[in-house]
Amino acid sequence: MGFLNFFRLSRSKSTGGQHVQVRGILVFENTSEVIRAENILKKNGWQIKVVGPPPEIRTGCDLVIEFPLIEELNILRLLKEADVSPIEVVPVNNPLLKPVDLFQIKDFGKHLMVRAANMKLTVDKETLTIVNVSGGGCPDVPYLACEMVGKSLQGAPSPNEIGHTLCGYALQLSCEEMKRICLR
Amino acid sequence: MLAVIGTIPDTAFPMVKGEVFLENEMIRIRDRSAPVNRGTAALIAAAVKTSEFLGQSLPFACLAGDIGLGKGSRRIYQTLVKEIGSAEITTIVFHYLQPDVDWHNKVLFAIDDMSKRPILIADAGFMYAAKMSGQAGAYDLFTPDMGELAFLADEKAPHPFYTRGFILHEDNRASELISRAYANENAARYLLVKGREDYLADHEGILANVKIHINESMEAIGGTGDTLTGIVAAFVESGMKIKDAAITAAKVNRLAGYNAKPTPATQVTEIINHIPSALSEILRNKKTAAT
Repeated sequence: MGFLNFFRLSRSKSTGGQHVQVRGILVFENTSEVIRAENILKKNGWQIKVVGPPPEIRTGCDLVIEFPLIEELNILRLLKEADVSPIEVVPVNNPLLKPVDLFQIKDFGKHLMVRAANMKLTVDKETLTIVNVSGGGCPDVPYLACEMVGKSLQGAPSPNEIGHTLCGYALQLSCEEMKRICLR
Repeated sequence: MLAVIGTIPDTAFPMVKGEVFLENEMIRIRDRSAPVNRGTAALIAAAVKTSEFLGQSLPFACLAGDIGLGKGSRRIYQTLVKEIGSAEITTIVFHYLQPDVDWHNKVLFAIDDMSKRPILIADAGFMYAAKMSGQAGAYDLFTPDMGELAFLADEKAPHPFYTRGFILHEDNRASELISRAYANENAARYLLVKGREDYLADHEGILANVKIHINESMEAIGGTGDTLTGIVAAFVESGMKIKDAAITAAKVNRLAGYNAKPTPATQVTEIINHIPSALSEILRNKKTAAT
């Protein structure tokens, strides 16, 4: 069968307009920071919403910003550039869920692997060259691997700067821990 | 026809649909090429090697460039929703796509409209979306690693990054996590769990484990899970039962890794090059055992 026939008819079907993107919440010190962050994010085209915080995460500020959770790294980077970083980021479906933050280290002798959450970074201990990146499932993982593997731990771009998703954020944690271990 | 749906980590890579083959350690689709180093390209390379060995048609792919911003993934979602209903696909693998529950559901609705439902395999970002949508049961096979299994088992986690008890996902908890994933309806008909040992499971629990050629270095190598998914998809497309395909694919992937004499610095391309010889040995042994 020719591939022209692979996708030959054009049809569409809707889910009834229900949007069920998984969301996260940005928690700030005070409402003026919320308003600043809202303006910045909306100006940059993000689909966000200012809402009241769930009881579990009330910190004194009456407003939080709901955003697409998967894009956490992009949004945090933008807010950091504007000097309005949140004090906490939590998933909206259960505000008590916390990011995994415990590291696991595996020493292979010549190589050292650090895992943070679902992302692993491996370096050559002698040259500090990044030799592998593994784990994760968001599309920036292969991109980050392409950009980082073969480069030195100090010279490679930071996932915080070029990553975009929660997997990218987890790789940043691995990278920071690796630097803490290897460059101390 | 085996169809592979995924992304290439290059923003300049346009959305392309077509038969895909290998050329100088690159995947080639129409007038575009991409390096076989990890991600969907590694999956495709493994599927191509296996398809060639089995003498079956090469996979078709629907690919777009995406580095995590989601634009390429959304183009793919949109195209699938419009066009997949009329496609002649018998096996479909969804891979590195930006997890988006809304788009995922639309794609699943479109698949429901197909005259004959293909075998559905999901891995990476699309598996996350399948679980988060509550539609995991619509799939025939998920191929999680142990961390992703913990994510499937955690009914509250919106992404593996937030999985509770993540640090405790040692292999000896596989059985418990598998039971929990099925109890919460967050698992496909079969799970092929990739790790130090590979496990095949269904709703009744672990059906088989494959632990030949254990090599600790494999954990560090990016893309070894992708190659496993590519091999199992090609086997399924050949008509092999999913259970048999999964166990055989796990053996082939592990033997290919072993033959590459891996270190933590080994790149998955080196393992992919050993897939044909591993296929030859494992399938020969399988045939001998059957006679």
